Formats: sequence, C-alpha cells, structure tokens
Amino acid sequence: MSSLWTTLRNNLRQYMILLALLAIIIAFQLMTNGTLLKPMNVSNLIFQNAYVVILAVGMLMCILTGGNIDLSVGSVVALIGACAGTFIISWGWNSHLTILLCLLIGLAIGAWQGFWIAYARIPAFIVTLSGMLVFRGLTLIVLGGLTLAPFPSDFLAYSTGYIPDLFPGMSLFGLRNSTSLLIGVLLAIIYCISQMRGWIWRKKKAYEVESPWVLLLKMVIVSAAVIWLFYTLGAYRGVPKVLIIVGIILIAYSYFTTHTVMGRHLYALGGNEKAARLSGVKTTQLLFLAYVNMAFLASIAGIVFSARLNSASPQAGQSFELDAIAACFIGGASAYGGIGTVGGTLIGAMIMGVLNNGMSIMGISSNVQQVVKGLVLLGAVAFDVLGKQRMQLRFLPFFGRRAPKPQESVKLEG
Amino acid sequence: MAKKLLEMHSITKEFPGVKALDNVNITVNEGEIHAVVGENGAGKSTLMNVLSGVHPYGSYSGDIYFDGQLCRFHSIKDSERLGIVIIHQELALVPYLSIGENMFLGNERRRRRGVVDWNETYQKAEEYLKVVGLEENPRTLVKDISVGKQQLVEIAKALAKDVRLLILDEPTSSLNEGDSLKVLNLLLTLKRERGITSILISHKLNEVAYCADRITILRDGSTVETLDKHKDGVTEERIIRGMVGREMTERYPHRPHTIRSEVALEVQDWTVYHELYTERKVVDNVSFKLHKGEVAGIYGLMGSGRTELALSIFGRAYGSRISGTLIKDGQVLELNSVPEAINAGLTYVTEDRKDNGLILGNSIMHNITLPRMDFVAPKGRIDRDLERQTANHYREALDIKAPSVEQLVNNLSGGNQQKVLLAKWIYSKPDILILDEPTRGVDVGAKYEIYQIINDLAKQGKAILLISSELPEILGMCDRIYVMDSGRIIAEFPQSEATQEGIMNCIMQQSKGEIGA
Repeated sequence: MSSLWTTLRNNLRQYMILLALLAIIIAFQLMTNGTLLKPMNVSNLIFQNAYVVILAVGMLMCILTGGNIDLSVGSVVALIGACAGTFIISWGWNSHLTILLCLLIGLAIGAWQGFWIAYARIPAFIVTLSGMLVFRGLTLIVLGGLTLAPFPSDFLAYSTGYIPDLFPGMSLFGLRNSTSLLIGVLLAIIYCISQMRGWIWRKKKAYEVESPWVLLLKMVIVSAAVIWLFYTLGAYRGVPKVLIIVGIILIAYSYFTTHTVMGRHLYALGGNEKAARLSGVKTTQLLFLAYVNMAFLASIAGIVFSARLNSASPQAGQSFELDAIAACFIGGASAYGGIGTVGGTLIGAMIMGVLNNGMSIMGISSNVQQVVKGLVLLGAVAFDVLGKQRMQLRFLPFFGRRAPKPQESVKLEG
Repeated sequence: MAKKLLEMHSITKEFPGVKALDNVNITVNEGEIHAVVGENGAGKSTLMNVLSGVHPYGSYSGDIYFDGQLCRFHSIKDSERLGIVIIHQELALVPYLSIGENMFLGNERRRRRGVVDWNETYQKAEEYLKVVGLEENPRTLVKDISVGKQQLVEIAKALAKDVRLLILDEPTSSLNEGDSLKVLNLLLTLKRERGITSILISHKLNEVAYCADRITILRDGSTVETLDKHKDGVTEERIIRGMVGREMTERYPHRPHTIRSEVALEVQDWTVYHELYTERKVVDNVSFKLHKGEVAGIYGLMGSGRTELALSIFGRAYGSRISGTLIKDGQVLELNSVPEAINAGLTYVTEDRKDNGLILGNSIMHNITLPRMDFVAPKGRIDRDLERQTANHYREALDIKAPSVEQLVNNLSGGNQQKVLLAKWIYSKPDILILDEPTRGVDVGAKYEIYQIINDLAKQGKAILLISSELPEILGMCDRIYVMDSGRIIAEFPQSEATQEGIMNCIMQQSKGEIGA
C-alpha cells in the first residue's frame, strides 16, 4: 500500500492538472452551448494546437536540463517556413527533399545555439534571445518581407488533410469516415491489452498493484475517451494526418524520458548538475543535445505550420515560444529543472489550446484572452508551489510550535 | 574582577537526529579576547549562531545574558542592535561593490529617507580603514583587493556598526602568515585602545595561545573547561589535552586485519593547480599508496587540499594543470573524465551529499543506479524491474530506512541519505573507494553502521581511502594514516604509532613560524 501511496502522491499534481483540463472543457462546452466539442471544432482544435504540442515537447527537454528555456523557437518556425517557401515556391525544388533539407537546417540552428549554451556556457536565455532576433531577421531577409504562397500539394500532403476512409461505403453509425472509429477502437484495445499485461506481470512479480476494479475503471475511462475522440473525428472528415505526427512524437519522447538512459540523465542533470557530473553524466553534451533537439522539433513545427497556413509568412510563429513554455509549466515542469513529464506537457498544451479556442468561439477579444491565459499560467504554478510548501511544512517536526517565517519556507523549497 | 559582558547559560541545541550543543556554558568578560576551540563538529559554529541570532530564540534552550540583560534574538538584526557582530569564515562581502559600499551595506549613511549620503559614506569608510590599518581607497572594488585585506574590511565593517562584541569564526583560515599576524595584532590593538571584546574561534592553537586572554574548550557539544592565560599557564599541549581527552571505546567497530599485499592504487607526484586561479597550487607533489583490503586515512583540515586531491584523481573532476601518475593494479591509468574513472573502478563519495552527491528530488532507486545505468539498462533500455530489484537489494544490504525505493531522497534523514550515497557508489562495483567525510552530519548510531559498511568493503578486498577531519574517526578506522596540510602530505603513520597528540603536533610543527611571536 505504501508504494502505491508514494506513487500516487508523487503523481498527485498530474491528476490535479488533468481534472483542471476536464473542468475547463466542461465549462467551455456549457458556455459555448456545445460548440466546443462539435466534430468540426474538435478537428480544428487538433490543427490549431499540433505545432504548439510539438514545440512544447522540445521545450520540456530544455527546461528539464535546469529550467533553461528557448526563446527562439517562434523565429525558427518562421525561418524554416521561409526556407521551405523559397526553395519550393520560388526556386521550384522538390518538396520531399526540401523537407529533409529544412530538418537539416533545423539541426544546424540547434548546433549553433547549443554550442554557445553548453560549451561557451552563455546563459540560454541570452543565446536564444539573440537567436529570436537573428532568425526573425533572417526570415525577413529570405522572404524580402513578402509572403510566399501557395505550396504544391505534395508538400501539404505530409501534415494537412485527413487519413482517407478505407471503407467508403461502410458508414458505421452514420459516420462520414468509419476508418477513424476503427482506428480508435484498435487503439483502445491495444491500450487495454498492454495495461492488463502490465498488471498481470506486476502481480506475478509480487509488486504492489492496484485492485482489479481500479484497473478496470481506468481502462473504461481511457478507452471511452479514445473511442469518443475518434468517433467525433469520424463524424467530421476523419483523423487529421498531423495527429499521427504529434502522436509519434509524444510516444517517442515519452519513451525517451522514461525508459532510456539518456532520458534519465536529463532528469539527473536538471535535478542537480554537480551531482550528475560527478556520477558520470556527460552534462555538457546533454545540454548541447537538448538544444539541437529543440531546433529540430521547431523545424518540424515550422513545416507543419507553413503547410497549415499554405504560405510562408515573415510574421509566422510569433509568440509560439511563449505558448510552448507556458504549456510546460502549466503541465507541471519545474522552473528549476529536473521535474516534468511529456504527458503533463501535453495536458498543459491542451489547456492553453482549449482556452484559446473556447474564448474565440465566445467572441472574447484577443486582448482579454491574453489576460486570462497569463493568469492561468500564474495560477497553475502558484497552486503548485504553494501546495508543495504547505505539504512540506506539515511534515516538519517543529511545525505547530510556531509559524515558520516566510524565508524559511523558501529555503525548504530548495 | 572584570565585568561580565556575555553569559550563556546551559545552551542546548538539537538538529534533527543530532544534539549539536549539550548544556554549554560560557562567560565572556568585557575587554578580553576569548578563544573558543574544539575539533570539527564540537559545536563552535553552532554556539556562535545561537549567540548571533542565526538560530532564533525558541530553536534552542538556555539563556543568553548580554550586559546583564536577558536576550531573545529572533534574527541577526536583533543581536547587531546590541553590538554583537559575527564575521563568518566565508567572507560576506559583495565583490562588485566598493569597500565603502560594503562597509555600510544594510547600515547605509542616509541623507533623507532612502537617499544615500555618499560623501559621508566614503569619509566614514576612510576613518574606519585607518583604524584597522588598511591603506586602500574606499572606492576600490572588493574583488580587486586580497583576501587578507578583505578580512580587514570585514572588521572595519563591524566597527562601523558600533560593535561591542566581535565574533570571528576562523578569521585566518584562508590567510597567509603575514596577513594572519596583522589580523591578530589588530584584535589586540582594538582591545587595548577601544576596549572591544572579541570571541575568536580558531583551529590554529598557536594563534589562540598568542592573543587570547581566556580559552573555552568545547568537545562533542559540551564545555570541557575554560583556561585563563594569566593563571593556568596555557600551552598548546595543554589545549590539545583538553580538546582530545575522550574515551574512544565502543564508537568504532573492531577493525579486522584485511590488508592484502597487492597495491590497488598508487599515486605518484600528483600536483594540481586551482581551477580558476591557475597559478595557485592546491595539491603539491603528493604520493601515496593504497593496498587491497586496506583502509588508509588522510587527515587534514578544511582547505588542506584533501578534497581537491580526491576530485582530481577521480577523472580530473577538479583542477587545472594536473600532473602526476596514477597506477592501478600495476597499470598506468589515464583518466580524463568522470565516466572513465567510474569505468576504471574508481569512485569518489563526496563530503557534500546535498550539493555534489545526491539528486534530492529523485527517488532512492534513481539515485542509486545513476552512476552505472548500463548495469540496469542493457542495450540502452532501462529494465525497470531489474532496477527496482537492484535498488531494493542495496536498501536491504545497507539498511536504508525508507518504506520503498520510490521514496524521494529529500524525505530521508541525514544518516539515511548518506547511506543512499554509499549505496550508489558501492553499486557501481568499484575497486577503490575514496570516502570524503563519510560521516559528516550523521548521528552516532548511523556513524557506527557506516563504519561497519566500510569494514565490510575492506574485507571484500576493496581499497579504501578515508578522508576526514575528525581525528578519532581516522584513528579508529584506518590501518595507515597520511597527514595532509597546505596541499602536501607531511607525515605517514601506521595505526600502531598514531596518536591524536602526535598528529596534532605534526600539523602544529608545520605551521610553526607562521606566527613569529
């Protein structure tokens, strides 16, 4: 029981933030008279937020290294879009090769910033602030201040549009795209099987397991959510292709952070850099790679975003970095590094996305929207920090004898 | 009879699991220099922190009378208001502010509300600098003057606060002979000319004998005695006897004879320069040997270069311009990084588990497996089952008290944290363990367990280098003892010949002549 309790307590924040997301979805569903979860809008939500999720995953890797952020990602998105536009639209290059080239450019940008941050030890904030200006400027130079459009269809094919219906005549439950529902059911089955296998395996190894009813409840809830999502997508035009890209990235990075040695080292680096170094973690190299990876994901986001706009615009990607950073922190990442999960970041990004979308549907002006988003960010992190302080104080031996002074509670945080 | 300026009555202070001060009494007369001496961990700094309000009223028991008044300090501000000023071992000056600005930091000369009067600031600063005999422009930045002069600035800063009782915690530990003498003579001058009372905490007994009027000796958190220079005829030997006289039985497990004849590690002519100030030598031509199954000790005080020596051996984790030869099992080793050192079977268990050793926000399991993830992650994929089993094995073997290995290290007591740190390095399957102060901040019971672990490791044939500044620990645990001072190994004792007095005298001899008085 104690082990289960420890796991539960360590993950308490994740459950809280998930509940918060649900509350926000329900609230907007009511306030928009059901528009929020209409099939078309759900599809829209995915298109609107795909690149934020991609950027947030990269941002999480940077934040994990020790609270370092990357301010340049919005500009990198724009620069990659500009390169793609120039190569394909102006110069008529092959779309597929251009995409490959754009990803390489992303890696080069990452290596440039990573070098200054990791090897020259210049604070990430400054290096990426410089990058923000430099890459935005380069975007303007490449595009000459103009917007290039439209892209050819083979460029768009990667990330826009939907997975076609494989069984056009079938029309399950009157759905426009039955394949979507089938995919959803398949995913739910895979999920349930893997959960049950894991449960049985843990039981056999005599580890702590939750009661079978809790397992069943979890499986029912998750399966229902997955099937509902794909059913809804099927009621519109099917599964957006970009959802596949995002899904692959999420699974890959989730695996990376939880199951690989390098992922573990990343957490160690952010948790205590000196201790990690003396434990044989190659801290400098890891910091470098985090920024290379960030720019690589930013270039994927750049391709996705320019395909969605179907143009290369000099203003693209403005303030994306802030959305990505906010998603990480709302999702529970620590501003000091070493704490944060891919799942939490996804939820954080979804909270931002639903807020954006819901308020837009309600016709709230974008000025007010910014105020609300800013307050949500502060509220989420404050809730986290204050909650943690209270919990720690309760466990202090001398608590109750006298109220500790504020500066003491700050010390406990560290 | 001189007037009593300060009386501290039956002061007791406990930290979680450790009684740092146990019924300590000390009386300081007005206009004297009162030295407080004792070994590391005897409670000197804790006592001064209680006195200056760093440990606020209510966190200790006992009474403090200053100038006949019962005092309840809630912060440093409270004690400073009465004229009690403490100068810590690590200087608290801001390097990028000027001498004058530092001197009045938090105590600014003001013209109107909130506006600093710079003319008065620098004029006053100049006066106080004259008092302490420092010829510097008060507008010079602190970073541009030497450590010795910085110490004088600290004293001038205290004078600017109308100090009545000046507390100096190891004021000369980072100074050379000339500067040390200057500081001590300044204390004597201040006493004579301005009647300022000082409490001097020092390891350097020759300095204490030179300038103190009375000396209070602390041992294991209690007062042993107070010597009066004018009556008792104080000598260094007399002070050492007071500091040391303690029973050593039962505090250390029996150390069986496990030494084998093979040499596990040999270090030859090892020289290391400071990491930032690359012309400063921190380890000077050190050579030593470690046999398999042996526990060898390095005794040295803080700043003797012992940690720098260990870190530089451990894959050049510290220092610049490192030279010398490492021979392990008869083979010359070239270690250029920490991973290389770990793979070669070396480990360094840090003296500072919170900053350099553990990742406090991670679980016991993740901390233990960190140095050799490859053991639990064949082909790069972490086998969580194996990882958990491994961690559990070490939790049981070292008796780490925690409900599960998922527990965050943050929530463990000091002793258990230290065991996690040891577990982590034993797990990495080393041949050679360098243990730097392995029982620091650990209560007596856990200390004993850690000593048993060390004996077990030696029995398995591991070579252990135990670095410590606690003499009894060194004497109780080591087969052979090296004494280190100022970056050099100045003596080697086999266990049979080592005594506390002998080792202490050896260090004193070394620093003889530093104070020519």
